Amino acid sequence: MSAPSRTVRRAQAGTTESPWVRWTLIGLALAFMLLFLVLPLAAVATEALRKGLNAYIEALKEPDAWSAIRLTLITAAIAVPMNLVFGVAAAWAIAKFEFRGKAFLTTLVDLPFAVSPVVAGLIYVLVFGAQGWFGPWLAAHDIKIIFAVPGIVLATVFVTFPFIARELIPLMQAQGTEEEQAAIVLGATGWQTFWRVTLPNIKWGLLYGVILCNARAMGEFGAVSVVSGHIRGQTNTMPLHVEVLYNEYQSVAAFAVASLLAILALVTLVIKSVIEWRHEREMKAIAELPPERPQPAALA
Amino acid sequence: MSGAISSALPSAAAPLARAGNTGVSRRVLPGFHITLGFSILYLSLIVLIPLSALVFKTFTLSWDQFWVAVTAPRVMASYRLTFGASLIAALVNLVFGLLVAWVLVRYKFPGKRIVDALVDLPFALPTAVAGISLTALLAGNGWIGQFLEPWGIKLAFTPAGIVIALIFIGLPFVVRTVQPVLEDTEKELEEAATSLGATRLQTFTRVILPSITPALLTGFAMAFARAIGEYGSVIFIAGNMPMISEITPLIIIGKLEQYDYAGATAVALVMLVISFLLLLVINGLQAWQRRRAGASS
Repeated sequence: MSAPSRTVRRAQAGTTESPWVRWTLIGLALAFMLLFLVLPLAAVATEALRKGLNAYIEALKEPDAWSAIRLTLITAAIAVPMNLVFGVAAAWAIAKFEFRGKAFLTTLVDLPFAVSPVVAGLIYVLVFGAQGWFGPWLAAHDIKIIFAVPGIVLATVFVTFPFIARELIPLMQAQGTEEEQAAIVLGATGWQTFWRVTLPNIKWGLLYGVILCNARAMGEFGAVSVVSGHIRGQTNTMPLHVEVLYNEYQSVAAFAVASLLAILALVTLVIKSVIEWRHEREMKAIAELPPERPQPAALA
Repeated sequence: MSGAISSALPSAAAPLARAGNTGVSRRVLPGFHITLGFSILYLSLIVLIPLSALVFKTFTLSWDQFWVAVTAPRVMASYRLTFGASLIAALVNLVFGLLVAWVLVRYKFPGKRIVDALVDLPFALPTAVAGISLTALLAGNGWIGQFLEPWGIKLAFTPAGIVIALIFIGLPFVVRTVQPVLEDTEKELEEAATSLGATRLQTFTRVILPSITPALLTGFAMAFARAIGEYGSVIFIAGNMPMISEITPLIIIGKLEQYDYAGATAVALVMLVISFLLLLVINGLQAWQRRRAGASS
């Protein structure tokens, strides 16, 4: 990609800025990042620990906090695998085959990214709510979806819908179909081909999509807020519990729960960076291979 | 940083496959019908059918009722606020996003990898957490607010606070769309410009900037689109006063809480149509960017 720049390094003198311009720009960028990214993180930590470590731990031991944590974990544990299956299936169809309407389908997969979370929650209220399409039928059969866990899961599935597919489609398109075709021609079944050939090739992209999907699933606020009903101890996820505590002026407790979500975000960023660095290393290793790289599928 | 593993942004997808797998071998691989069928079924159940409910529900209103619902003064004020604040925030991100991308691609400095990783924080940090922590920072007794208060500057619980929350939310978009393009720009062109007597600033505005313009605009449009729909981070910092600091998503929530489903749906439909249009604009910009990339390589 940027390989040719190495050969022309000697000529770079004319293509960079004077040191003081350089350091001014770096300083400005870092100041911006500090102000908008580092300070909010630091604020979460200090506000959570404002009344000491004991108050922090007490706030997290509260039963409502626990039920919020449990609900958040359950929601992510359902929503992420659902979108994982969809992501892999959609990427297989879109990346490995040609068909009419493919570009349109790809755009539709992106659609939930463009919809406001509040609208995402609203549409499920319109379908499953008391006055919605299935409302009377659900009420007659005593099934609760809105203001209950299924609605929260559905809203979460909607907002995290594109994450894994979006990661896999370009990756699998770039990899082409030669390796899979070779496996099939050599007698592997479809499943064997997927598990032994495709999956090893996409595992990092898959993991990358999963952790981003998971972070959003656990952190979603707007969509879940519309369908949850805010029943304390029952339908409050962690972000909703943060809101309840914050509005009750229980600042330390609110920031204590928020700090768990901030830790989740940091862990997500660390895993994401590790995957990226690994990928970069692999790319570099491939680039430095001797040029006699064989064409794997051609022989078959 | 990486091409194949991109960020969570909707990214360029279509062109590679078209060149790749054509010809007789295309149906050697199994699973086409089942994966496509499942994808379309799942897409319909989760996304398309529920979204269509929005359209059908709006049809229960007469045109006049619809028009009154979406043009009420309080709703109009919320459009102005939402679009104005989103536009300012996206413009700030355009400038600083380019700056951060430039610094990350072109310069070496200690801690660069951490800074690079931190850019994605707004994608990973739940919006409610961002909302309460920005409010804590900017409130009168907060770390930043206490220095502004004596000057009579109030950011928390004002429209200015909304802009700040939206800057936070949209920060990664411009950086992550511009970064890979900047990495791929050809230094030879800059050298040529320099050797022909251009100053560094001229080289930047005449050579570098045109080549990254599609990516810049894509990032700008994404940040703008995201900001318009944003709810979680904004409501904590906004103060939520009708006509002054009430964003459109909050109008929808307010109508829902008053069981005005039709009114909520009408405003939601307006937002959905705008989202659609922005998605089309973003797709167009990405196609432009791909053509650019194709032409230069």
